[in-house]
Amino acid sequence: MNAPLREPGIEPGLDRQARLRQLVAALSPLLPAHALLHQAEQTTPYECDGLTAYRQRPLAVALPETEAQVAAVLKACHRLGVPVVARGAGTGLSGGAMPHEAGLTLALAKFNRILSVEPLARTARVQCGVRNLAISEAAAAHGLYYAPDPSSQIACSIGGNIAENSGGVHCLKYGLTLHNVLRVRGYTVEGEAVEFGCEALDAPGLDLLALVVGSEGMLAVVTEVTVKLVPKPQLARCIMASFDDVRKAGDAVAAIIAAGIIPAGLEMMDKPMTAAVEDFVHAGYDLEAEAILLCESDGTPEEVAEEVAKMEAVLQAAGATRCQVSEDEAQRLKFWSGRKNAFPASGRISPDYMCMDSTIPRKHLATILLDIQQMEKKYGLRCANVFHAGDGNLHPLILFDANDPDQLQRCELFGAEILERSVALGGTVTGEHGVGVEKLNSMCVQFSAEERGQMLALKAAFDPAGTLNPGKQIPSLSRCAEYGRMHVKRGLLAFPELERF
Amino acid sequence: MNFAELRQQLREARAPLRFTGLGSKDFYGGALQGEPLSTLALNGVTAYEPSELFISVLAGTPVFDVEALLAQHRQRFAFEPPRFGGEGTVGGMVAAGLSGPARAALGSVRDHLLGAVMINGAGELLSFGGTVMKNVAGFDVSRVLAGSMGQLGLITEVTLKVMPLPAAVVTLRFEFEQTPALTAMNRWGGEPLPIEASAWWDGALLLRLGGAQAAVEAATQKLGGDVIPPEMAGAFWLGLRDQSDEFFVGAERAVAGGARLWRLSLPSTAPELKLHGEQLIDWGGAQRWVVTPMEPAAVREAAAKVGGHATLFRALDKSPGAFAPLSAPLAAIHRRLKASFDPNGVFNPGRLYADL
Repeated sequence: MNAPLREPGIEPGLDRQARLRQLVAALSPLLPAHALLHQAEQTTPYECDGLTAYRQRPLAVALPETEAQVAAVLKACHRLGVPVVARGAGTGLSGGAMPHEAGLTLALAKFNRILSVEPLARTARVQCGVRNLAISEAAAAHGLYYAPDPSSQIACSIGGNIAENSGGVHCLKYGLTLHNVLRVRGYTVEGEAVEFGCEALDAPGLDLLALVVGSEGMLAVVTEVTVKLVPKPQLARCIMASFDDVRKAGDAVAAIIAAGIIPAGLEMMDKPMTAAVEDFVHAGYDLEAEAILLCESDGTPEEVAEEVAKMEAVLQAAGATRCQVSEDEAQRLKFWSGRKNAFPASGRISPDYMCMDSTIPRKHLATILLDIQQMEKKYGLRCANVFHAGDGNLHPLILFDANDPDQLQRCELFGAEILERSVALGGTVTGEHGVGVEKLNSMCVQFSAEERGQMLALKAAFDPAGTLNPGKQIPSLSRCAEYGRMHVKRGLLAFPELERF
Repeated sequence: MNFAELRQQLREARAPLRFTGLGSKDFYGGALQGEPLSTLALNGVTAYEPSELFISVLAGTPVFDVEALLAQHRQRFAFEPPRFGGEGTVGGMVAAGLSGPARAALGSVRDHLLGAVMINGAGELLSFGGTVMKNVAGFDVSRVLAGSMGQLGLITEVTLKVMPLPAAVVTLRFEFEQTPALTAMNRWGGEPLPIEASAWWDGALLLRLGGAQAAVEAATQKLGGDVIPPEMAGAFWLGLRDQSDEFFVGAERAVAGGARLWRLSLPSTAPELKLHGEQLIDWGGAQRWVVTPMEPAAVREAAAKVGGHATLFRALDKSPGAFAPLSAPLAAIHRRLKASFDPNGVFNPGRLYADL
């Protein structure tokens, strides 16, 4: 345990060109010529994912077309000790698919076939490169859909969703990727075919599927996925409620849950964000409100009518200054249009923005919003906020100008303080975007050295040589020592008073 | 003993230890080995906020006590953990990973597990996950503890998602033979109906609807069938959940006479299995209980053939292995994973697999 992962590479001492020659010589016989890229102009497009601030050109990029090629490439890389970074659509926001400088990027975009849709069993078997939304489109004819809907769902691939355990706006009611996947097929780092989970609801042995989902490509390479499909709700209606105080809006969120309601979606925007999106989409948002809640109900028409009436009553009692229920689908989509365009709208009011992704207990929503207002003054930067309020997942967008190094530095400190504050409030540094390379330092704050040591040992159980996407998600012990911030204790508070048992 | 001593005991153990709560699931999995180490002193709810939809509980707390507290706030564990003999601790509930009738519709114990505190073989007290639903910081270590049978370490505290009780519940009964019952369960599962649980035994299919009043009423109208009086229906689902109903009582008698009780976990659309012996189906067709004197290999083969697996649930002799064997790469990962948590190989050895 706590053994440091070996720093992989072909042969210590070889320069980049020699490593590249060795890798190309090993892979060329395994792939068609067009499926192996190693010229700088070919590999540069792969140097980052959705987190463009961090870039690294890989040694080479392989674009396998068959599972046999994936297995052969993995075997060759394993033999040479070359790191492998699997990549889907490259929409990730934390740098999880950022290449390794001495490694191969395994781009799985060609695995883009929907293999089967089983309406009676309510499952779909798809290759890893299939887009999230394409699954729902293929299932629509049967009145079914795939529930997790990250906002990148038009472009992101199901393989990437597995790697990140992606969420979306409906996961309070419908769960995360983990809750909607039955089985994945893929390859171990040694290139051996392996299946985690099963077409049944559970599989024998340890629940390794639960580990592989959300493991950011560090434990195995996934090539095929069986997802669950669920019946499409007949109707959805959305309530848009305004509040003159963020504390009242935060309390309204808790009151809805306390009333025994699990909304299909429950989102919050603060005043600066509302102003930015209204200017962008002209949806008629209340610009006077300190916070706006969007609260959605879905199901049968009878169910929705009953739930909307309950939700409205709770929101009114919580002090909503305005409450509007969507009358039809067009109006519902209009209510959502601002929320869905929060990122591009922020892009219009600032040269750059940095999106945070922590989760906190719902009851602290107002606390953190007020804290963030103080931090705006402290760092001299503006911040607009959208929250998946129903599950306490925050997306503060810190506005800055990356051309000003001082602003960039203040922005990073601002972001780190939001994450540390989230951990201190009992939350987590990432709710759905993943750790990748972006939040490695914050992991030192959330987990103790022993906890990180156990996670690294767990990785070694799947990947003894440590060549699958090395350096992501779990920071090394030395990195945390250098970062020098205290680990914030969570979860263990119950024990001090428990002296004897 | 205090916490430091407990950690020391786990760190220094060189002979098998078996973690035990109320012992209600001693029959489950591989045979017991080692010196018992009780969790019962770890008793109590450490955090519960109904509006946050989670509860944190020490491992030795009886499930019954926790569920009584949740019921006072009109909440529940939606995965309906079985309580054998009415008993069981929260630690054992998570370690065994078993879920009740609502599992197919509402999720498993693993799906509801948000966080866990554990002690590993190095005697380290580790906290994974947390209290929030959306959390992707690091590997999801707490969830692999669900169903681990205590083989990775001692679970000391868990945090679970809790859900509101449905506003309305109705149970419907239909007369169906097995094959049409399987078809009906799967067909209805694909429609927007508030089905929480379904079970078939001996020519009768029972459906439990739960949700908003209006939704349950509309579904009752649409589906037809006989409405079962609430007390009778409640007793049925409770008996199924805790395995105290007629089928399971009969199964225990048959097991005493040398038969075996199997839990077959299958794709819900797997066809009717022509196995010798009594069958009860729940989870919308995805779980099939079989009492049979058939050879273990034949039962395992029948399950594997339709894409599932068979667990030897109750038997006088568990030597055929409680759980279906693993593929070579999965077995290798299991061994290394076990060693990464428990390098001395002393925690609950053999409860999942003989070599683990």
